[in-house]
Amino acid sequence: MSHDHDLNGAEILLKALADQGVEVVFGYPGGAVLPIYDEIFKQNRLRHILVRHEQAAVHAAEGYARATGKVGAVLVTSGPGSTNAVTGLLDAMLDSTPMVCMTGQVPTSLIGNDAFQEADTTGITRPCSKHNYLVKDVNDLARVIHEAFYVAKSGRPGPVVVDLPKDVVTAKGRYIGPDKVRHKTYKPKVKGDIAAIEAAVELMAQAKKPILYLGGGVINSGLEAVALATKLVKMTGFPFTQTLMGLGAVPASNPQYLGMVGMHGTFEANLAMHDCDVMVCIGARFDDRVTGKTSTFSPKSKKIHIDIDPSSINKNVVVDIPVVGDVGHVLEDMIRVWKAKQLHVDEKALKSWWREIDGWRAKDCLRYTKSKKVIKPQYAIERLYELTRDKDPIIATEVGQHQMWAAQFSKFDQPRHWLSSGGLGTMGFGLPAAMGAQVAFPEKLVIDIAGESSIQMNIQELATLAQERLPVKIFIMNNQYLGMVRQWQELLHGGRYAESHMDVHPDFVKLAEAYGAKGRRVDKPADLDAAIMEMIETPGAFILDVRTDASENVFPMIPPGAAHNEMLLGPEDEAEKPSSEDGMVLV
Amino acid sequence: MTGKHQPHTHRHTIAVLVDNEPGVLARVIGLFSGRGYNIESLTVAEVAARDNLSRITVVTSGTAQIIEQIKAQLSRLVPVHKVVDLTNEGPAVERELALVKVAGIGEKRVESLRIAGIFRAHTVDSTNESFVFEIVGRSDKIDAFINLMEPLGLVDVSRTGVVAIARGTQPL
Ligand SMILES: Cc1ncc(C[n+]2csc(CCOP(=O)(O)OP(=O)(O)O)c2C)c(N)n1
Ligand SMILES: [Mg+2]
Repeated sequence: MSHDHDLNGAEILLKALADQGVEVVFGYPGGAVLPIYDEIFKQNRLRHILVRHEQAAVHAAEGYARATGKVGAVLVTSGPGSTNAVTGLLDAMLDSTPMVCMTGQVPTSLIGNDAFQEADTTGITRPCSKHNYLVKDVNDLARVIHEAFYVAKSGRPGPVVVDLPKDVVTAKGRYIGPDKVRHKTYKPKVKGDIAAIEAAVELMAQAKKPILYLGGGVINSGLEAVALATKLVKMTGFPFTQTLMGLGAVPASNPQYLGMVGMHGTFEANLAMHDCDVMVCIGARFDDRVTGKTSTFSPKSKKIHIDIDPSSINKNVVVDIPVVGDVGHVLEDMIRVWKAKQLHVDEKALKSWWREIDGWRAKDCLRYTKSKKVIKPQYAIERLYELTRDKDPIIATEVGQHQMWAAQFSKFDQPRHWLSSGGLGTMGFGLPAAMGAQVAFPEKLVIDIAGESSIQMNIQELATLAQERLPVKIFIMNNQYLGMVRQWQELLHGGRYAESHMDVHPDFVKLAEAYGAKGRRVDKPADLDAAIMEMIETPGAFILDVRTDASENVFPMIPPGAAHNEMLLGPEDEAEKPSSEDGMVLV
Repeated sequence: MTGKHQPHTHRHTIAVLVDNEPGVLARVIGLFSGRGYNIESLTVAEVAARDNLSRITVVTSGTAQIIEQIKAQLSRLVPVHKVVDLTNEGPAVERELALVKVAGIGEKRVESLRIAGIFRAHTVDSTNESFVFEIVGRSDKIDAFINLMEPLGLVDVSRTGVVAIARGTQPL
């Protein structure tokens, strides 16, 4: 016991991280956290990945967390260190990614004095973290760290910030282990209400035009939930769709899969959502990118909503049967009750529903005009997918058109292989996220599908790749445009391309070389396969600069403010569709 | 939320039991401002020192869907123990205290004192030319009192905001 009193705050912190099973922390030092770095220096257990920008530390921890299911850990200094982390925190918040971010702080005696590198970190991060703490007493430190990990991973996961004044990490204090800490208030409900579950399965059994709508909550719930979701799909024979965050929850190769739902989802998924009579939303949140115009969203359906977060229920769309609970627990009960009640689907109705769906499928909505002269972006993703699928790659993306094409044209048969910024849509997410995933899986093929503009938002991380010898592959879909912005300007702003073209970009091949990586440029469809193979087969980090057709747009598209059945299928639809006034104010 | 005609909004009084820790009030207020909810009044004070609990009473208004959201969002805050919608849960007593300063002489001064008597307000400070009345009651009673004082020399008002408790034997 007396021994435990001899620890200083930094030692307590490291001991707590070790007891929480943390193996890697992504960070960047500075004055306020020097005592912690001193402790890191003295040990070998915890691996520290030195990033080149704090935002990247947070995205890397997100990539690590999303690829592994573990809690990501971040350590940054006070003031600018913590403010640089803010974007990543909000990204993790919106995409329900578990993380503990430790920030340095000026000593308690100086808090409030506008001291050097002081920031009101708990104030700034309150709306972009699941919870935050300012530790004022070293004897609270161990408890707070254990609580932070518990809060980050329980219920709907999210980022937790722990602000650590310098005097607290240097003071001597008492350590307590995780087993001694029980949270007073935060105990999310994981079991769903059984009456609601019974009502839900009975509704499903009566359905004539059902659809399962799966989101990231299925993946967050864990591997059992993922297996149960696949089981439910099989047991019911229902068509299913997945959100951007849910890709890979149930294998895309499953014949009942209709593709992704939402603004750039497939024709069949969106029409099935619109025309269904029973919608089962599992771990998704009726995000506006999914629903389109809510007043005309799936008007004829009864809706079941399974979510661990009660505030997701009836937030955007009013549902008929809410089930608050963890997806895994709820699906287990649903399947059990279904069997106990000996329920059966309405085979006949289902058959004619599938006929209707097959009609929509026949539209082949992801079809695009092939070219021998220019590399079509869709073709680039198709080839990347085909040439890498046997390696089971983890795909990260930046944000923009390339992200949507990556989502449409890669097929994920496993969860945790798709890392994309869904809720916040953060350009600059992909490279550090890929880096974090590669840290977790050094042997795996990890690819960042990037836009030439997004990649420049955290391009400095090429140095981290070199220092840590992380063989991340960067597949740049270079259209010389802020492509998604250009697409909106074309469709909604009369083709006035204000500030969406960049005349100057770096030579990405030379840039790769400058950072000790390899690179290649490719601009002919005929050379693409060889270039992709070179990227995969070259050891170490690699940038493939793929020059793609700059004028291509992402289709299908539900224009902002439109309904699911008002989809644009291709360039031929553009002219006829006047942008609604409502749509113009939506993002 | 999106339709052309606005659905009905209702006033709700919500009691929130929270850990009395730094930042908890900021969390609650930030939730309301960040998500665009109304706060008509908000009071907070420690109610159980031993358990380190504070009670926040917030009066808000919104559609049924918004009120449900507000409660769900409040419940989601980590230091929140309990959220009770006193308006929904059955009869509750609501009270507010106000200090009302009225300055004047002669007829108006006498009239203000007479009305204070009718409202059972206490005179807690007096000069030759002013009174401070303390009045306790439902918010609409206080509104009425203040309106009556307006022409009689009302110069200053300080109100606590609503505190509320359910009728009957049960705790929150
Ligand atoms: C940090 C940030 N700033 C601005 C935006 C708005 N935005 C969304 S997509 C996009 C263009 C991205 O361009 P690029 O990376 O080249 O991808 P492309 O759309 O061309 O595939 C922009 C500016 C954003 N999502 N994130
Ligand atoms: Mg681009």
